[in-house]
Order: sequence, then structure tokens, then C-alpha cells
Amino acid sequence: MSEAMTAARRALGDGEPMVELRGISRRFEKKLDFAGRIAKRLGANIREEIVHAVDNVDLTIRKGEVVGLVGESGCGKSTLGRVVAGILPPSDGRILRNGIDLLDRNATDAREMKLRTQMIFQDPYASLNPRMKVADIVGEAPLVHGITTRGGYDSYVDEQMRRAGLDPVFKRRYPHQFSGGQRQRIGIARALAVKPDFIVCDEAVAALDVSIQAQILNLFIRLRSELDLTYLFISHDLGVVEHISDRVVIMYLGRVVEEASSETVFASPNHPYTQSLLASVPRIESRKRAFAVVKGEIPSPLNPPPGCHFHPRCPHAMERCRVEKPELKEVAPGQRSACHLNDAA
Amino acid sequence: MATPTLEVRNLRTHFFTRAGVVKAVDDVSFSIERGKVLGLVGESGSGKTVTGFSVLGLVDPPGRIVGGSILFQGRDLAKMSEAEMRDLRGNRIAMIFQDPMMTLNPVLRVDTQMIETVLAHKKVSREEARQRARDTLGMVGIPSPDERLKSYPHQFSGGMRQRVAIAIALLHEPDLIVADEPTTALDVTIQGQILAEVQKLASTTGTALIWITHDLSVVAGLADDIAVMYAGRIVEQGAVSEVLDAPLHPYTYGLIGSVPSRNKRGEPLRQIPGMTPSLLNIQPGCAFRTRCPRPTQACLVEPEIRELAPGRDVRCFHPMSEPAERAA
Ligand SMILES: Nc1ncnc2c1ncn2[C@@H]1O[C@H](COP(=O)(O)OP(=O)(O)OP(=O)(O)O)[C@@H](O)[C@H]1O
Ligand SMILES: Nc1ncnc2c1ncn2[C@@H]1O[C@H](COP(=O)(O)OP(=O)(O)O)[C@@H](O)[C@H]1O
Ligand code: SF4
Ligand code: SF4
Ligand SMILES: [Mg+2]
Ligand SMILES: [Mg+2]
Repeated sequence: MSEAMTAARRALGDGEPMVELRGISRRFEKKLDFAGRIAKRLGANIREEIVHAVDNVDLTIRKGEVVGLVGESGCGKSTLGRVVAGILPPSDGRILRNGIDLLDRNATDAREMKLRTQMIFQDPYASLNPRMKVADIVGEAPLVHGITTRGGYDSYVDEQMRRAGLDPVFKRRYPHQFSGGQRQRIGIARALAVKPDFIVCDEAVAALDVSIQAQILNLFIRLRSELDLTYLFISHDLGVVEHISDRVVIMYLGRVVEEASSETVFASPNHPYTQSLLASVPRIESRKRAFAVVKGEIPSPLNPPPGCHFHPRCPHAMERCRVEKPELKEVAPGQRSACHLNDAA
Repeated sequence: MATPTLEVRNLRTHFFTRAGVVKAVDDVSFSIERGKVLGLVGESGSGKTVTGFSVLGLVDPPGRIVGGSILFQGRDLAKMSEAEMRDLRGNRIAMIFQDPMMTLNPVLRVDTQMIETVLAHKKVSREEARQRARDTLGMVGIPSPDERLKSYPHQFSGGMRQRVAIAIALLHEPDLIVADEPTTALDVTIQGQILAEVQKLASTTGTALIWITHDLSVVAGLADDIAVMYAGRIVEQGAVSEVLDAPLHPYTYGLIGSVPSRNKRGEPLRQIPGMTPSLLNIQPGCAFRTRCPRPTQACLVEPEIRELAPGRDVRCFHPMSEPAERAA
């Protein structure tokens, strides 16, 4: 298929579903601190607090797509990413991977499906074993899973390193002997060595300098077409997400508030939160301008506001927004938004 | 022309470490006028923080200012005694750090900290000092400042803490503020709020501002002038619109190309190969040579910074000038 046709198909979103999330929620119990436990024992009416990190999310990621997941800190991006990658069980909901239920213990394919999903993190150093040589960091899992053999090991590792832009000459070195950008390449080589078809990147370029960030983004773009990869690309940086994504999902306090193609989200955002977010992003094209201001702070996910979570900051909030949660609904072809304003017309 | 608020000339700040001499700031010159914002940009390790610390006299051993002058309203800060410096700091010159807890004392209530800061440099009553503290908190957009004054720093969110730190910097309406990545750790809507406040302040109070950041997009909207640092040196400076629209130094050009922006969606970014050199043993010649797309024999010698057009300085033997070159 031609490049243009592939792009057109992606835009229409009619590739087959790679991952389907249905009603995914994830709660964390925030344990009481010492003072709290004492007070409780003395009869005070306090309970362990529940964080609704992810609240009833439906999401479909299609084969070959890059889906960008954005939102401010604490909105649940990483939690959702870990659920999608199968490394954190959800509290509720189902995850289908190529139609197979990842949470079904009896499904023998579930393990293989998990291997075919890999995750790349912000701080590659924290996720690389400091006492292992790069060759083993990259080669261990493929060997265990029979993707390569003892005999083919060396050349397999070389190939993985080269593909991620690392000189195999350095394969006997340890992670601390590399720069931040190179460590991210090691993380990428390790992830790709087990031949995944789906990658969850969680702030994978956030810690890098601009020039190094550009190198790593280019690597992600190249690998996508070379290996036919699908990405869930989590980032707080709208510029990065806009650059790399076909489709963008916006989260606010555990919920998806808007979802559409990159073009649509950045050209005609529907949700007031998306609009505020875009207005706040500094742009290199702008000159000496008045920065737009969204009032108020991000509320605590421990105690989110009722109704629409965004209502205390929303310039359009109505009475209804304070009591009723808006559902995520289609507002234009391929664009979904969760805002009561869409019912008004 | 009036005396600039700050004029830094040929500043050199070096660290004498066991591993060798780190030339963190090497021949840096810039000036900034009343009410103006200078964006000091560069990647990590390029010397931005050390430049800011040098201006405030905060460089600690093994670091030392080894050359140059720092003229603040015509007086050389580099030659001042520590006592004179202390008198200026927090009064006429203030610093805002990336981590607000560098400014805030975790065990003191906000009102105590702010009132003490006012009283340190001004002979006013406690009540007047409290009034000033409250007004300043209001100025940086803190709601119900009276209540907030009674809180401890840990009772604030990160964004609110940074606002308090900014308010403390503003207490004496300083003539110069050095802000080192103050919004880098904040969420984008909170950053937007703070940038808007800061912009208003610079234009209404006449405070000159040095805004240190690695984020070209922030500088694009905030600053009047920009200075780009690479490996301890300023490689290019000028008005924001000129530098960002028509960069002359190959590094600036590459850096702008590295910023993901709506113009180039989905395409590979124009990247700079390689990485920043270690400042410990910089090779002779142009420090950007190994990453530059257009080095020649001439570049084996260190280029001097020169003024190519009025207010437009570049440190390069072969500046990019032809529009055709940029298109390539
Ligand atoms: N293991 C855990 N225990 C308790 N609370 C948690 C846990 N993991 C996440 N949370 C909470 O869930 C919410 C969502 O966290 P998450 O890490 O998914 O946010 P995020 O969007 O990735 O934020 P950031 O942009 O800061 O990375 C936060 O309030 C967080 O404090
Ligand atoms: N206390 C110190 N001792 C030795 N080297 C230092 C010290 N502080 C900074 N440096 C070095 O000075 C250079 C510039 O640092 P800095 O000004 O912090 O960079 P930036 O703020 O641009 O990221 C770096 O190479 C850094 O390692
Ligand atoms: S539902 Fe109401 S409060 Fe929420 S975004 Fe829409 S208008 Fe604003
Ligand atoms: S002086 Fe030479 S090496 Fe340095 S930036 Fe200019 S052209 Fe490149
Ligand atoms: Mg996260
Ligand atoms: Mg710094």
C-alpha cells in the first residue's frame, strides 16, 4: 500500500483494532498516615482515601496508528498507559488485545500478547539495570523467549543496537557510561528486541534536551514505518504530541474529555479544557504576546469536583455542569467530546 | 541612551575541580535595559545557571569568577564585598529558582518569611510589612492572600509555591530579576498563568528580567531579546524576532529546527547530530565544530563573537545569511 493511502486509512481510523479498552477504571487506596490511623482508632470518622486515577475510560487504538495521550500531571496518563501495557491490572473493565481478553487467565495467548506490547519510560536510567552490560540488557529477554539463540545472540544484539542508533562497539559498557539520549536508545533497543507490534511510550522524550529530543523523535518516526509499529504516545508536551500523533486523546482528572485526529484537535478543539490547554501552550511562532490564562488550579484527584470535573475552571460552566457528569459523545465524524455545551444547540 | 540596568562584559566563571578546570562561563557579554526581558536559552550544561549565579554573586568554591565585569546600574558587582552584595540581593536584585524551596523556608509560615524579607531592607512597621506582603501575593495571582499568608509552604501546590517565591522576589520592586527555569516543572496551564503575571509586571514596574530557560517557545512569547548559549559561550544574540525568524548561527538554526511545531507534523525534525561536548576538555577551535554542518579549516580556531548588524551578535566564521542556505 502506498504511503498516502496508509495515511488516509489511518486518518479515517478504519484499521483493525489493536487494543480496545472498555470501561477501564483504576483506583488506588491512599493509606492513612500514622496520625490518621491513631485518630481512626480513637473513633474519628476518617476513612482511607480513594484516588480515582482512571475513571471509566473507553478507548480503541487501531493497527498502525500513533495515538497521543495528553493531560496535566496527575490526570492518569501513566496509570492508563500501564493498564494498556498489561503491567497494571485495572479495578474495572476489559482490555482486548487483537480481540483476546488480556485479563482472562485461561487465555493462553494473553502472555504472548503482553510480550508483544512493550513500554518505554521517561527515565531510562531508572529502568535499566545498572549492573548489566548493554548487550545483556538488550539480549536477555529475546534469549529467554526464544526469539534468538545462543549462537545468534551476538549478531542479534548488534542488529538491535544499530537499529536504535547505538554503535555495537559499546555493547560491553554499562548504562552509566552513556548520555541521557543514548540511554533512551538502549531502552528502545531493549523494547524492540522482543519484536513487539505495540509500544507504549510514557514521557519518553521528556527528560531530554531539545536537540536530543529531536533525534529520539526522529528515531520513533523511522521505526514506526520500518517495523509497522503502533504507538500510544503519552506526553504532557502538546508540541511533541501534535508532531508525532495521528490521533489525540485528552485526559482531565482521570477521564477522557476529548478525542479526535491531530488535525481536528489542534485546529478545532471542542472541549473547553482542550481549548484552554491549547491557549496556554507557548509557541515558537508567537512573538511578545499576552499569555492566555486559564483560571484556577488542577483539583486534587482525591477529591474531584462533582459533575464535570472541569467546571470550577471552565469559563462556560452552567448549573448542570456542577451536578451531572457529561458523557463522551461524537460531536463530528471522528471527534468525541464530553461537554454539556454540545447538547445545548 | 540611558545606562542599561545590567551590563555583563566578558564574564568568565570557572570551576577548579579535581578532574580539571570546567569553563562553565567563558567570555559572556550581554546587556539589558529597564523594563526589558532577556531570554537566556541553551541546553543543559551550557552555563545558563552559572551565568545567573555569577550575576547574583552566588558562585561557591570550587567555582570562581575569573574575569570580566558585571555592571549593575554602572557599579561593578564582581568587585563588591560580600556585605555590599547581600544588601543588593533580595532588595535591588532578586533571583527566582526552578525549585521554589530554594527561596522558601519549609518550617516558617509564609507571612513570617515575607515580613522578615520586607523588614530586612526597609524601615517600616510590621503592619506595613504585612500589608506589602499581602499586596504582593495578590499581584502574582494568589487568591485570598490574607488566608494564604498564614500557611506553611507545604500546604501549597507546586504552582502556588512558585508564585509565593516570585512574590518574595518582588517585595522590594527590584530593578533586576534573574529567573532560572521558574516554570519548567509546572503544568502548562499554571505556567501560562505565571508567564502572564510576569509579563504584566515587567511592563508596569520597569523591572529588567533575565529569563533562563531551555524552552525556545517560552522565550518567543515572553522576551524582547534572546541570547543563545552553547558550551559556556553566547553564540548568538539579538532581538527575539530576528534571531528566531532568521538565525545566523548554525546551532541556533539547528535548535529551532529541533522544536516540534505545527508546520512540520509527522515529518522527521531537522536534527543536530551528536551531543554537547563536556566542558572539562573542550577541544580548541569552535566548540560546535563536531556537530556543525558547515565547518572549515578556519573553525579550528576559536571564533570571536562579532556584531554582524546593529544589536546582532554571532560567534561563527560562516554565519548563515543567504535565505537559500536555510532552505537547504
Ligand atoms: N501506586 C499508586 N498509589 C496511589 N496513588 C497513585 C498510584 N499511582 C498513581 N496514583 C495517583 O493516581 C493519579 C494519576 O497518576 P498518574 O501517574 O497516572 O498521572 P500522570 O497523568 O501520569 O501524571 P504525570 O504527568 O505527573 O506523570 C495521581 O493522583 C496519582 O497520585
Ligand atoms: N559546583 C560545580 N562544580 C563543578 N562544575 C559545575 C558546578 N556547577 C556547575 N558546573 C558545571 O558548569 C557547567 C554549566 O552548568 P550550568 O550553568 O548549571 O548549566 P545550565 O544551567 O545551562 O544547565 C556544567 O558543565 C556544569 O557541570
Ligand atoms: S460540561 Fe460544563 S463545565 Fe464541563 S467543560 Fe462543558 S461547559 Fe465546561
Ligand atoms: S565557526 Fe565553523 S564550526 Fe563553528 S558554528 Fe561556525 S561554521 Fe560551524
Ligand atoms: Mg506520568
Ligand atoms: Mg540550569
